[in-house]
Amino acid sequence: MSDATHATAAERNALVRLWQRGSKIDPRYLIAFLITLVLAAAQLRYQMVGGYDRLVLALAVCTATEALLSWFDRGKIVNLLSAYISGISLTLLIKPQGGALWPFALGGFLAISSKYVLRYRDNHLWNPTNFAITALLLAAPDRVSVLSHQFGNDMATNLVIWIFGLVIAARVGVLHITLTYVASFLLLNTARAAALGQPVLPEIAPITGPMYQLFVFFMITDPRTVVRGRRRQIVVAVLIALMETLIRFASDKGWPLPTAFNAAPAFLALAIVGPIAKWLDLRRLRYK
Amino acid sequence: MRLDGGPSRAVADAAHPGFVLRDETAAAGIHFVHHRPTFDPKIAGIEPHVAALGASVSVADFDGDGRPDLYFTNSRFGEPNALYRNKGDGTFEEVAASAGLADLNRPGEGVSMGAVWGDFDNDGREDVLVYRYGYLALFRNVDGRHFEDVTAQAGLHRWVNSNGAIWLDYDHDGLLDLYVTAYFRSDIDLWHLTTTRIMHNSFEFATNGGKNLLFHNLGGGKFEDVTDKMGVGSTRWSLAAASADFNGDGWPDIYLANDYGPEELYLNDRGRRFVLTTAGLESESKSGMSVALGDAYNRGRLDAFVTNISERGYLFQNNNLRLNEMPEAGRFRNVAEGEIADAGWAWGSQFGDLNNDGANELFVANGFISADRQKSYWYAMSKIAGANGRFFEDAATWPPFGNASLSGYERSRVYLNRGVAGWVDVAKKVGVTDLYDGRAVALADLSNRGAVDVIVANQNQPAVLYRDYPDSTRHWIAFRLVGTRSNRSAIGAEVVLESGDLRQRRIVDGGSGFASQNDRRLHFGLGVREWVDRVVIYWPSGTRQILPRPPIDRFVTVTEPER
Repeated sequence: MSDATHATAAERNALVRLWQRGSKIDPRYLIAFLITLVLAAAQLRYQMVGGYDRLVLALAVCTATEALLSWFDRGKIVNLLSAYISGISLTLLIKPQGGALWPFALGGFLAISSKYVLRYRDNHLWNPTNFAITALLLAAPDRVSVLSHQFGNDMATNLVIWIFGLVIAARVGVLHITLTYVASFLLLNTARAAALGQPVLPEIAPITGPMYQLFVFFMITDPRTVVRGRRRQIVVAVLIALMETLIRFASDKGWPLPTAFNAAPAFLALAIVGPIAKWLDLRRLRYK
Repeated sequence: MRLDGGPSRAVADAAHPGFVLRDETAAAGIHFVHHRPTFDPKIAGIEPHVAALGASVSVADFDGDGRPDLYFTNSRFGEPNALYRNKGDGTFEEVAASAGLADLNRPGEGVSMGAVWGDFDNDGREDVLVYRYGYLALFRNVDGRHFEDVTAQAGLHRWVNSNGAIWLDYDHDGLLDLYVTAYFRSDIDLWHLTTTRIMHNSFEFATNGGKNLLFHNLGGGKFEDVTDKMGVGSTRWSLAAASADFNGDGWPDIYLANDYGPEELYLNDRGRRFVLTTAGLESESKSGMSVALGDAYNRGRLDAFVTNISERGYLFQNNNLRLNEMPEAGRFRNVAEGEIADAGWAWGSQFGDLNNDGANELFVANGFISADRQKSYWYAMSKIAGANGRFFEDAATWPPFGNASLSGYERSRVYLNRGVAGWVDVAKKVGVTDLYDGRAVALADLSNRGAVDVIVANQNQPAVLYRDYPDSTRHWIAFRLVGTRSNRSAIGAEVVLESGDLRQRRIVDGGSGFASQNDRRLHFGLGVREWVDRVVIYWPSGTRQILPRPPIDRFVTVTEPER
């Protein structure tokens, strides 16, 4: 056997060990790493945070709310990693009118407090960031918009995030959710375009954007709000894509939906389907 | 808000703005209607978007009678541009055809997007450059009534898909040079497309636009392309440019408002080259539509107001009010917040003291495409805006526009300057209620009465003249500058007026806002102040001239000292 072959085998073994070691890490750390990577890439390359004051504010409100409510609720302060993830997600996703800071504070409070208030059988039903953003968009569309094109529409950045995202999703065990949603999005929106007699490319183009990267890697795969069981998770991912397609269809038809539905159909779809699925899942487990 | 020069005194009251603006378009005999262009059917799907520019207005006293005249551009083949000569009795007569400035929208030559006036040959008569989606066109003012096309002799017969141009004397040789911004690439003929890949490749950092051009005035009616030599060939989809000496080194710099990208500032290195500097502009990539220069808080500095896009629920790019901190900190600081940050899909804007209280107001035109009120293109736009750049670089990939509106039926904003109390929109209060798709805004004292009238060119719609009626108890002063060692139009001259606690700077612009140019005469409101302590004039030649105690409530003509 040549030295080169030995080296290749050694490298492969090292990768396998790394992969196995990775599987023992708390998934939240991997997710936190990924979202930090997204934040760093977005800021260093595109200065898209729009001010460190909003980052500090969102993180401060999220972690403080988590610390306070967990102490009241459980008598101890829980790991603040998920609050960190919510804070960064909100910083990336919220685009306020006139550079206002209050949406970051209110969004952070809504996100974390929803985990303690909107519960069923000791579980929260909404992905915190999804809940906060949906609530802000529905309540204050004159003041808040969401990330739409703040990653420079750049292939290289997208690829880096997709590659890291897919690897980490695999490690965390939610890759099937991500891939199911992406496949469903492509199929359903191709069908929608065909049904409406519209070109396909514009209808599937959004999936290449940054908002969807955050959506598929951090929202629909949130381990605390997905249903139990791989098959059910796949079904829910399809249903979320289906709901989004229906919302888009309604927008195509010009039905009088609130602006939030037209501007962020994916978020609205998750906000509708996710909690119902989780509630049914928890209910099912109760009677099992 | 703490400002470097100290907070300016809040003087205006939103309930009593101290002025009204009356739509007197028809009474003035102005009946200009802009017509948008039509292009190659290959991009028919998004033609409303591509053809959404071209309404411009520029001010010039072309006949030298001491009264400002108006020039509007049209953008459809066969539709004439209009030159309105100010008759002095509050009315205008349209004379473009006899002047030779009407028939400029022709197949093979392009369609007009705007015009800038300046006396490039220093003969005492204002000449005009018309920029087009097509060939540039330079017209020499022959006798105050007729113009001759001197484009070819000048060496300016260049195809540029341009939405803006400014005159400036970047090398202090006393001759006006020309900076032309380019939007679509210059190898694109929008009527004979060989590809539909003509759009921007990013909504935030696009660099595949046309290359801006700088032409050096050699004298003798000749110009030379010095773009590369001077380092100012941005390809960032520039929509507007403005020039002033931002850093106080005595040399005019160039500020660019770029669509789909960050603003850019080119600092003039003693006329030898320009250096692209960050100046705090690079951190906010937006959709710069126009850049207006004015002393926002009476600090004796020229600040920049850059308009952007906001649409509820979809996008808040927010306008920028950038305070000039170049001399001490080498940067601009964005202080736009509240009402001034969000005007809608904002286009042309200008600073002007509409109520003569000694502080600048801001007039901002708004609205992109007004069509079917029930259909909005924003949802369609959101599909591709987040996508990879390769998708929307191709016009054929865009969702068809149909008859949809896109930020249509938006009203203009008139922001009252309340100093530290902030800016407040008083448009309805003062009488600005039209819902046209505003593009270019120009300010001029059309009747020489100490009031800043507002002229708005609207896309595919009628132009509007708002006559300004400020509180008659307030005083004013205006300056007409005549260059000798500097260019005759005095473009680039900066004037600092001092009256008690009032200190304000203005510039004779060679084009500012979006596709517009203001009255070359500089108007200062004085409020209740009954005298001016002194006026300092910084001529483009480098000459500094001081006028002690000039008379107020009148126009003061100042000729540049020979030495």
